[in-house]
Amino acid sequence: MKHLLSISDLSKHQAIEILDTAVELARLSEGSVKKFPTLRGRTVVNLFFEDSTRTRISFEAAAKRLSADVINFAAKGSSVSKGESLKDTALTLQAMGADAVVIRHSASGAAHQLAKQEWMKGVVINAGDGTHEHPTQALLDAFTIRRHLSGDQGDLSGIKVGIIGDILHSRVARSNVLLLKKLGAEVVLIAPPTLIPVGVSNWQVEVSYSLDDQIRSLDVVMALRVQKERMSDLYFPTEREYARGYGLTSERMNQMKTKAIVMHPGPMNRGLEISAESADSNRSVIVEQVANGVSVRMAVLYLLLAGATFKELANSGESS
Amino acid sequence: MNSYRIKGAKDSNGKVSDFFLSNGKFVNENELAKGAEVIDADGLTLLPGFVDLHAHLREPGREDAETVLSGSLAAAAGGFTAISAMPNTLPVADTAGVVEQVYRLGKHHGICDVFPIGAVTVGQGGEKLAELSAMNQSEAGVRIFSDDGYCVFDALVMRRALEYVKTFDGIIAQHAQDPRLTQDAQMNEGEISARLGLKGWPAVAEEAIIARDVLLAEHVDSRLHICHVTTAGGVEIIRTAKKRGIKVSAEVTPHHLLLTDDLAESYDPVYKVNPPLRTKDDVQALREGLADGTIDVIATDHAPHPHESKDCEWSAAAFGMVGLETAFSIAYLAMVETKLLTLSQLVDRISKIPAQIGRYEGHGSIAIGSIANFTLVDLESKWKVQRQNLASKSKNTPFDGMALPGVVKKTFHNGALVYERNSK
Amino acid sequence: MSVILNSGEISRALRRIAHEILEKNHGLENLLLLGIPTRGAYLGRRIASAISEIENSELESGTLDITMYRDDLRLKAPRTLLPTNIPGGSIDGKDVVLIDDVFYSGRTIRAALDALNELGRPKSVQLAVLIDRGHRELPIRADFVGKNIPTAKDESVRVHLSEIDPADEVIIEGRTE
Repeated sequence: MKHLLSISDLSKHQAIEILDTAVELARLSEGSVKKFPTLRGRTVVNLFFEDSTRTRISFEAAAKRLSADVINFAAKGSSVSKGESLKDTALTLQAMGADAVVIRHSASGAAHQLAKQEWMKGVVINAGDGTHEHPTQALLDAFTIRRHLSGDQGDLSGIKVGIIGDILHSRVARSNVLLLKKLGAEVVLIAPPTLIPVGVSNWQVEVSYSLDDQIRSLDVVMALRVQKERMSDLYFPTEREYARGYGLTSERMNQMKTKAIVMHPGPMNRGLEISAESADSNRSVIVEQVANGVSVRMAVLYLLLAGATFKELANSGESS
Repeated sequence: MNSYRIKGAKDSNGKVSDFFLSNGKFVNENELAKGAEVIDADGLTLLPGFVDLHAHLREPGREDAETVLSGSLAAAAGGFTAISAMPNTLPVADTAGVVEQVYRLGKHHGICDVFPIGAVTVGQGGEKLAELSAMNQSEAGVRIFSDDGYCVFDALVMRRALEYVKTFDGIIAQHAQDPRLTQDAQMNEGEISARLGLKGWPAVAEEAIIARDVLLAEHVDSRLHICHVTTAGGVEIIRTAKKRGIKVSAEVTPHHLLLTDDLAESYDPVYKVNPPLRTKDDVQALREGLADGTIDVIATDHAPHPHESKDCEWSAAAFGMVGLETAFSIAYLAMVETKLLTLSQLVDRISKIPAQIGRYEGHGSIAIGSIANFTLVDLESKWKVQRQNLASKSKNTPFDGMALPGVVKKTFHNGALVYERNSK
Repeated sequence: MSVILNSGEISRALRRIAHEILEKNHGLENLLLLGIPTRGAYLGRRIASAISEIENSELESGTLDITMYRDDLRLKAPRTLLPTNIPGGSIDGKDVVLIDDVFYSGRTIRAALDALNELGRPKSVQLAVLIDRGHRELPIRADFVGKNIPTAKDESVRVHLSEIDPADEVIIEGRTE
């Protein structure tokens, strides 16, 4: 595994290895060990073309706890400006000797471009590309689910996860569907038909237009952020109508299974896709998701960067 | 002008004979002047020069991508002796002045015939009809009009345009794409786009416009041409329309006869094109449509773009592929090697029939007396596509590195040698 | 390949080490045994068990994974982390006894010392190993040794333990008789 561009880059075994490593790192972090020397001397660049304080800080904390040097590069790339900014930025980072680049960009496929076009020799980690994927989010979500419902080990078989919201435009949804299926979970997508992608039939998931029909059978309720801008593109008529049909209200939350948990990748629109009570209830693991993000990202950085790179192994004659 | 004796060439039916050129025409042996240059065409096939109804030459305005000259050279390298230049230039070819400029450039370079296509609406804005008559009566003699790049979306504008061109046996060539259903669309809407997170371009956005326009053409009894058909549904509609006697013709590009939307998985913008690559089922329907005559011709939609327009992330990249130099080979691969068409039938669809649709004289025939616009092709060998070696100024071909059948060896225009392949 | 210690010899050596640890540390009051996974951890458990029996008082053994502190991480593919478990939660003020199966270059123990450094401040750190095969590359020594085995660098010494291997034995490979 050289880069982490998409969940499909990981085998089930590799995904579980990341989660297990994160478990161990989380335990150690809960104790007194806050920092490891493992990535000392390595440079990790946070290349964020889209604003995201939360994810960027998470990656920064993860890298620093492994003693890596962190450089933050916030570039404003609008969809109008040409990709020259991406390529030229990549070449500049190359010259600066970045061992890993964590990239967030508004164009789907930007991470693939960075990795495949050989503008970069280091490791590329996709922190969210357009509406395509956000692999580390899915990994931390799976970690969180596993912690609460699987005793922090193994896979997610037998667990039913409902993902609610703007599936069409959600990279979190795409990565989560791939990873949850890979780990054996059952997935149901819940949204108005306008927000379900055409072509979802190959995803091997259930699709439902009614949250009320599904809420009682879910072990995990994962609410996605709904962008208010979508209203002008006629995806749904009003926010009120959306909240009425698909919002996780207290009434709905009270119908959930006893042990079921509420998740949200953040940032939340309190009152739209999730009510304030639901977000703050003791079923909600939303705040914990954030903490878990650091451990999971530490695991990813460790597994991608600490060992020999593929090329170095090939040169030394060993196979990984 | 030179005289030639071409020895031992096959025709599109495989029959071997000699051909004689004099004064720019095919002549009988006894009409051949003395001292004619001899060309040994043993093993080669002599075909009427190909005719493209859809190419983007970018001049005036985007000469960094292509010019009439470089486009003509690319055409000749692909065996074409006539190409039609789409009007989405800068300025748009919506006046007699611009179309005449393009026409004269073509004549001046003299490598192939360049037939300008005029815009349907002013600035291709879709609102006001351009001066279609003026363009027709200009030196360029424009007969085909298109807003290609954009759809003539307003039904009333389309109706008026269809009616208006009846004056001079003109044809409206529609780029069928409902703009409301395809805002910011990046690739075919389907399973792949759902997974890749790229905004979808649904097939219905093409089919709906084709359906509307064939009915309009029927109502006003006009000639309609559908550019680059890409959907199985579109083929169906055209088939039904033809059965009803509607005067509709249609074209398909070589890349849509071969490539599918799963190529976008690499996020390599060389596969980004408008209309987009679609599914295997669409490719199959297009091949069958071309075979049974529902689709009349192959047209390249040659769309050159400079390097920086494709060397970036997908959503920032320009749409389009170059195609003049690979058209015949890809069409041969997709249709003749699969036994859907004979060579002769393929040649009709890339030479004779497009010439008929465009009313282009002097192309599509190698009979005695016709103007010597032809190409000599080696159908026994393969050639490797190397993008850096393309004659076009732009190198955005999706076929780079492929070994293709059908090597164009020489191309003649009006009896003069305009292209010869040096063995690489 | 030859067997240099059999099952009986291994258990006798571990028993002796248990006694030595108790003797040097005047009992088990302040002891903290940490085995280095994988096999050091099993040995640690056995020694703790022997100590518990001798003193008639329960002593737990923990584990200390040193993967993150290795100095040779970059030479191989990334390694899976193994568990670290500190009985009692803290090493501060304890007499820590590290336990490993084979003592060779000393780099593993150096990494262990770095790991301990992050965890707290022990009163002392001691080292118990089943086999000392020589060829130290760092100035580190063992306090308790099961058996000293002089080896050549191209030979390889392996400890097998019934917890995860077919049987208890220590073998040496590559030795030309």
